[in-house]
Order: sequence, then C-alpha cells, then structure tokens
Amino acid sequence: MSKNKTTIVAEPGKQEAYIIREFEAPRELVYKAFTDPKLLPRWLGPCDMTTKIDVLEPGDGGRWRFIHTTKDGHEFGFHGVCHEATAPERLIRTFEFEGLPERGHVVLETAIFEALPGDRTKVTIQSVFRSVQDRDGMIMSGMEKGVVESHEKLDELLGNELN
Amino acid sequence: MQIRRDVFQAIADPTRREIINLIAYQSLNLNAIAENFDVSRPAISQHIKVLTECGLIIIRKQGRERYCEASLQQLNEVSDWIERYRRLWDEQFEALDDVLEELKTKERKKKKRK
Repeated sequence: MSKNKTTIVAEPGKQEAYIIREFEAPRELVYKAFTDPKLLPRWLGPCDMTTKIDVLEPGDGGRWRFIHTTKDGHEFGFHGVCHEATAPERLIRTFEFEGLPERGHVVLETAIFEALPGDRTKVTIQSVFRSVQDRDGMIMSGMEKGVVESHEKLDELLGNELN
Repeated sequence: MQIRRDVFQAIADPTRREIINLIAYQSLNLNAIAENFDVSRPAISQHIKVLTECGLIIIRKQGRERYCEASLQQLNEVSDWIERYRRLWDEQFEALDDVLEELKTKERKKKKRK
C-alpha cells in the first residue's frame, strides 16, 4: 500500500470531477509514464484487465485509442484527441468511452503535473463532462468495471435462464 | 444498479436537492414544501415523485395530511460509488508507483555510468 492516497473530488450537481494523487518521482518521469506507449499499458486500466495501445500519436493534435480487455475477452475501447502535450507539465485531451449506446458523450481531461520538493510530483486530473448525468454515470459505473460487472451479471442471468 | 442511478439523477437536480435540504430536519406536507419555491405545485409534486421513487423521501399519512420525510441512508450509496471509483484509480496508481520506481532505478544507473 502506498502512503500517497488518491483523492476524488466530485461535488453533487457539478459536471466536473477531479482525481488527485502525489507520486514519489520527479515530474519528468511521471509525465513520461503518462505518455509513453510502452509504459502506459503497465499501469493504466483496472488490474483484472489488459490494456492495449491501439493508437497513440505523440504531441498536439495526436489521436489516441486504448482497448481494455477482460479475462473473458470483453473489449472496451476509449479514444480521443490530444489537444495539448506540454512536457512535463500539462496534458489536455478529449476522452470518449466507446461502450456507450450513443456517440457524443465526450469528456475534456486536463492533467497537471506539479513539481513538489524532494523530487515528488502532484498530479491533478480534471475531467469536464457534457452534463451532470454524464459525470455521475461515469463515476457510478466505476467506468468500464461497472460495464463488465453488468455484462457478467447478464451472462449469469442468461445462463440461469438456459439451465 | 437502476436504483443507484436514480439516486444520482435525483440529486443532480438543484430543486430536488433543495427539497431534500428543506425536509432533512422536519417532515413537511406538499403545500408547505411548494411554498418555498417559485415553480408550480405540480412541478414540485413531480420532483417529490422522483425523490419518492428512488427512496430519498418517504410519504407518511397523518390524518388527512401526507407528510414528506427524508430518508437519507440512500445518499450513502452515492459516496460508496465515489469510493469505488477512487479505489479503481488507487489500484492503477499503485501500479504506476511500481513503474516509476523502476524508471528511477534506471535513471540512477544511467547517471552512474556517466
């Protein structure tokens, strides 16, 4: 267990959420871990899924697409465009989960990498959603995890029906 | 899942949040609640219906009057969801800690070689 705790700020009725965490590494390295296609799959995504980088074009205007795969083969795609990549301090991108019933529920994400004394780094990720419902839906589902669990529940239900 | 989604949608609306605040400490009937708002009584009635459906309000009959009472345990579910989302990120960041430790070690070795 790390001594650095993750903080989520999501005030009721607002269409934004913050994820805040400090790291025991200089921000050049933290920034690298957030942008390097070799390093990203090693930490991004829930631990019970594998993460594949489909596309990750470096720099401003670059497209990106990641795929999370569950043990039983369900795939979840996410994609967007990098608006700004200013090493090592700021990343701004759009984000859209491909598993939603309709397109257009896009999120604007800004990650700020702040250098702290002692070669430490504070990362603040602000996500701005199109509506309060979009934000709550995202937090509520635990994102892709919720979707997987509901798929599994559905499988269970269907299995029970068949047996 | 559906119930939880409803709680989120219920508190996403500012009027509904105000209604909850209003009756959090004292039960009120519909008229008494409606007096506090500029919107029409049917509109307030609709909000109360939503709040009742997701279990945030319980209606109790006392004689002819129907009183709205807040039932706020449901709201705990909201913080449960945030906590789950938090843990999802915590999990990923702990993996990131390991990646960073490895990068730091590599950097140190590089510096030594120079």
